[in-house]
Amino acid sequence: MDTQPVYATPNPPTPGRPIIFDPNFCHGCNVCVTICPEDVFLPSPTKGSPPIILHPEECWYCGVCVDDCNRQGALRLNHPLQQRVRWKRKATGEHFRMR
Amino acid sequence: MTSHSSLPWPYPVRYGQQNSYDTDVLILGGGIAGVWAAIAARRTGARVTIMEKADTRRSGAGGTGVDHWNYAADNPCSAVTPEEMTQALVDNHYGYRSGISTYILNSSAYETLLEMEAMGGKIRDTDDEFKGAPFRDENTKLLFAYDYTNRYTIRVWGANYKPLLRRQCKKLGVEILDRTTATALLTERGAHGARVVGATGVDCHTGAFVVVRAKAVILATNRPQRIFTFSSEQRGSAVHRGGSNVGNGYAMGWRIGAEFTMMEKTMRTVFASPYNFPIYGSGNMHNTWYPATIVDANNKEVPWVDCNGKVLATADERCRPAEGQKFFLMGGGNGYPPPGLKQYAGPRLIPDLEARMLKGEFTPPFYADLTSMPWYERKVIWGLMVGQEGKTRIPVVQTYEKAGFDPAQDMLQAYDFLRGQGMAEVGAPQERTFGEIGVAGGMLVDWNLMSNIPGLFGAGDLLFGSQDHGNAATTGRYAGARAALYARGVSHGELDAAQVEREKKRAYAPLAESPDSIDWKELNFGVARVMQNYCSEVKNEELLTLAEMWLNDIEQNDLRRVSAANPHQLMRALDVMDILTCAQMIVQASKARKASSDALTFRRLDYPESDPPEWRKYIVINRDGNGGVRVTDRPLGFWGDLQSNYHPRHAENIAAMQRAQVSTAT
Repeated sequence: MDTQPVYATPNPPTPGRPIIFDPNFCHGCNVCVTICPEDVFLPSPTKGSPPIILHPEECWYCGVCVDDCNRQGALRLNHPLQQRVRWKRKATGEHFRMR
Repeated sequence: MTSHSSLPWPYPVRYGQQNSYDTDVLILGGGIAGVWAAIAARRTGARVTIMEKADTRRSGAGGTGVDHWNYAADNPCSAVTPEEMTQALVDNHYGYRSGISTYILNSSAYETLLEMEAMGGKIRDTDDEFKGAPFRDENTKLLFAYDYTNRYTIRVWGANYKPLLRRQCKKLGVEILDRTTATALLTERGAHGARVVGATGVDCHTGAFVVVRAKAVILATNRPQRIFTFSSEQRGSAVHRGGSNVGNGYAMGWRIGAEFTMMEKTMRTVFASPYNFPIYGSGNMHNTWYPATIVDANNKEVPWVDCNGKVLATADERCRPAEGQKFFLMGGGNGYPPPGLKQYAGPRLIPDLEARMLKGEFTPPFYADLTSMPWYERKVIWGLMVGQEGKTRIPVVQTYEKAGFDPAQDMLQAYDFLRGQGMAEVGAPQERTFGEIGVAGGMLVDWNLMSNIPGLFGAGDLLFGSQDHGNAATTGRYAGARAALYARGVSHGELDAAQVEREKKRAYAPLAESPDSIDWKELNFGVARVMQNYCSEVKNEELLTLAEMWLNDIEQNDLRRVSAANPHQLMRALDVMDILTCAQMIVQASKARKASSDALTFRRLDYPESDPPEWRKYIVINRDGNGGVRVTDRPLGFWGDLQSNYHPRHAENIAAMQRAQVSTAT
């Protein structure tokens, strides 16, 4: 096994990743920081970088950060595992779930 | 990475700094009701300021969208008059729904929607997407929901309404204080129950203290949530109303002596549980998904029936009144009580589905099957309704479609019955809610939407016996004009320095270090636990007295322990302090009603008779000047004649807006 450094860290809040930024698209305009109804984000201390998700467990999953983003693909909503619904294709009976 | 320790706070910290403003009409809460109130008040010529905890572009329970403009009986296609509609809605709640706000809604919903259209909101099928659909009026291109014969509820493309309303506020010159949470109302000479002269707030990013002097104040904040259930880890996606909806206006109004009614009404409901699925994001057949086909695991269709029990053969029949019925209110078989009157009951799934499933006639799990529905129903449910409704465009439509869901091929699972519950996915007993959905208690107001406190108005969900996006818009618009007209006739009151200082001390208390500190979440869990144990499904005097005792104990001994490390946490701490106050209001109202009531989903073991004639009335509570609680009552229908009370005021509102001619260029 690799000997990676080990840190003492508190347990993260859950759900921990309501939003996933793509740093290749996000240019840190902070529109999402401005409009979030629950004040989940903080602007990054590094100009041009994606915001920090400081309060992930306060996310309402309303999606306005994605809806109002200036750059499509810069961020996406990421449903918690326990809320990923399932569906069935009628013709084949195949089952699917939200990925 | 999503968790960061000890990052420098990115905003300037200004604890203690006082930012002062002066206005005619101050609106606390900039959601749907608040921005409509601001636009109307400004058009009436008043100087207007909004104080909003989040950001007015998207804030509020309705800030993320709306898909159906309910009960717009004033629209040109409606076969139901506003008077009939209000009567039906009030009767269907056994009298416990406000005739005032309901009539304002029924008489001005379409008129308000036309204003929305003038601001750039899409309200009709101008792209002819639904040409030929039975719910479309070919002349107006309006689309209707639910009762296709009577056409009183309009389907709309409302996902972008809130940013448009905010833009209109800016154009009209409304002063907007975003990220500022209101904390207290200020009264003349600081006296309890006296005229309102302003309000205080705290900047949620800088922590600065905000004082606004105003001639009139409109409370437009949402209802208290997280009273019975709180789960910081599972809640967000599953609830209609976001974490910021905590009843700030209720608490602020209560503290200065405003009257509230129906506060004893709490309920078990589909959306209260933190264990539910994304709102509108699982298979069902009511509200936004009406009238979806439901099938079982073997693709066997679950029959729909009308209020007479007649089995309905087609999807179209689910949208028509039954024989002998002039019109129906929303159908689908919503499981939340009260059940409503048969004469207004809409089509629904067979009521004995659970029994028939247990006998083996149907096999769980069930699915919502849009694949077998006519194209226009599939398209209007998935894409317009689920797509424009609050919290559906991104969380449901975009996210599910990206994951491969195709409404033309796939059936979305319904989670009903899987946990031993009925079709309504009703939560566990302790998972009660104060008005997560439905008509709820709130501030008692008159036909000016003014409370017993001079100059204190209300709008939207905070009003007693009210609900819905259209209600927020129409009552906001009406209250804005009434408050502006009131403000014309009064001079500014003097702020009481001692009252301001007392509030500043209270609001900043969580910033002090405490050796046994707790955070806002622990306080919320604590309050919710008291409510689960002592003010839940069953109540009696002893239980309610214990609830009162423990909540007062928390107020006296634990609030001082609540600690906030930055302005965001301070906002949340203040929120939960208001949740505690709202819980106390619910307990007081529950103590005051000494009878059970099916109509209010209220059960007292010591007074088991439900809705006895002498208790068929509104129980009204407010705080007296000595910290005690005053209990009074009002008869059902106390608001009197609808038309003679509403029309002169409405005409005055419209005339004042036209006369003032406030330009969007100013």
